[in-house]
Amino acid sequence: MAGVTLIATQSLTKRYPNGVMALADLTVDVEPGIVGLVGANGAGKSTLIKILLGLLPPTAGQTRVLDLDPARDAEQVRARVGYMPEHDCLPPDLTASEFVTHMGRMSGLPRTSARERASEALRHVGLYEERYRQIGGYSTGMKQRVKLAQALVHDPDLLLLDEPTNGLDPAGREAMLTLIHRIGTEFGISVVVCSHLLGEVERICDSLVAIDGGRLLRSANISAMTATRDVLLVEVSEGTEELVARLGQLGLTVQPVGHALQVQLVNDDTYDVIIGAVADLDLPLHRLDQRRHRVAELFGRGDPLVPQEVGHG
Amino acid sequence: MAEPNGGQGPGGVIHDIGYQRYEGARLGRWYAVRSLYTHALRTAFGLGRSGKAKVFPWLVVGIVTLVAAVVTAVRSQLGEPVMAYTDLPEAMVVLVIIFCAVVGPELVSRDLRSGVLPLYFSRPLHRGDYAMAKLAATITATFLLLAGPMLLMFVGGAFTLDSLSDVWKEFGDFGQGLAYAALMAIVFSSIAVLVASLASRRAIAAAVVVAVFLVTAPVAAVLSFSSNETVNRLAGIVNPASLVGLLGHWLFDPPRDNTWGPVYAAVAAGLVALCAGLLLLRYRKVAQ
Repeated sequence: MAGVTLIATQSLTKRYPNGVMALADLTVDVEPGIVGLVGANGAGKSTLIKILLGLLPPTAGQTRVLDLDPARDAEQVRARVGYMPEHDCLPPDLTASEFVTHMGRMSGLPRTSARERASEALRHVGLYEERYRQIGGYSTGMKQRVKLAQALVHDPDLLLLDEPTNGLDPAGREAMLTLIHRIGTEFGISVVVCSHLLGEVERICDSLVAIDGGRLLRSANISAMTATRDVLLVEVSEGTEELVARLGQLGLTVQPVGHALQVQLVNDDTYDVIIGAVADLDLPLHRLDQRRHRVAELFGRGDPLVPQEVGHG
Repeated sequence: MAEPNGGQGPGGVIHDIGYQRYEGARLGRWYAVRSLYTHALRTAFGLGRSGKAKVFPWLVVGIVTLVAAVVTAVRSQLGEPVMAYTDLPEAMVVLVIIFCAVVGPELVSRDLRSGVLPLYFSRPLHRGDYAMAKLAATITATFLLLAGPMLLMFVGGAFTLDSLSDVWKEFGDFGQGLAYAALMAIVFSSIAVLVASLASRRAIAAAVVVAVFLVTAPVAAVLSFSSNETVNRLAGIVNPASLVGLLGHWLFDPPRDNTWGPVYAAVAAGLVALCAGLLLLRYRKVAQ
């Protein structure tokens, strides 16, 4: 998997006829896996997806999807990509089974294969029992699942999901994210999840691409982003100063945060070093836990989305 | 997945086989276009749809078939034809207009309204393919509406004939009838699908299609009273139904009037080309 490029753009620019600059000089490399494409509404996520599908021609720059050029080989790209749009896109008067079968045939599957794959896709998204009911009677959560199933029916190599949790309640969001994570890990299909909610996608993604105003804010692996920033929180009921001094002697970076201490996690031994120090000083330990930095902090949320490290890779 | 019988019961075992990659054939763009065409054609007659969706198309088919059956029965009693094949489309023109006005929006406006187009366009078939498949399905459905009953007339009529040469002559007339039906189907469907592609509400689209025929008919009628020979002859082209009628008369009813016939043919061809062109243009822009 590693080293293969899923999506690559080079100085990609899209300017609409009305003068709106949707994408500006976007250069990004994405490896297979689950990729979060985050940005505020209007940041250019949907435009990027449409260019990746070959539905919009870019104004300038190059794009590769699955090592194909969507502007030139749109048919081949679309045969291997599944797309779930953000908005309502389901005919209310068909059953989920009929509709997903029809969409499978539109992707080139022979009639019987399309029927079998439609049943399978609906089973995987958790709609097996209800698949012979008309879509018009479905809840929002079920409709989102049908949208996902139609993107999955032809066994794509890449799924493009535009705001898949839109309109769902918290439980529905959770279920949808779990499902997407399963598709990315167990099914062996790469997934690009567009979202304006960073906190939502960061948990299931291997890497994140953040764009704002059509420009790349940052693109990186989640593990690379968080590994160096992992810290431990230590809290003792008394003797905090002594502990700070002792840990300092032991070569750890310590920072008081309220009542607690924030200790830089160097490696797995750091836990033992802290436990040892607390035991030596005979202090009552209240808590010792790992605190992963939320990616939002790394993206500099709170600041008005200042560009950092523009143009990685 | 759980095994409901603990894996041993007589009900057998349910295995979760997990996700299976698809290794079979991927048939590509033209297969998708063909599939869309057949799907749309079935939808036009309500096949694979709810019972409610079948009522209208089969009611119309029933009426046209009934007329054809009555005509055939009378012919077998009288021993001579009461109605030429080319007369059937002309007699049924109002029904054909209504049929197009319902089927076109059914196939086209419905997709606009449900927002399903991005799902088609993110697949191998192209935007123009989608539009042409829908147009072709509407034309075919309208043609079949007339061709089916004509076939009944031919089979019924052929039995009343004595000699094989008469059957051959009958077959020629039948062919003319089919050609006329095709002509009417192409012109009417082109207009209906173009109008439907501009309205996402089926009722409005259907009303506008009917209005195109209703509003132009009196114009054509008024112009036909003109004393000016040219205006008089060209009056019919204002209305699609009378245009098809004039073209049909020129093609199938001797004596041929070779002065105006080619004009009617050119106008009809231009009208169909214009509708198809505008339809393609419309689908280059829609749902982007």
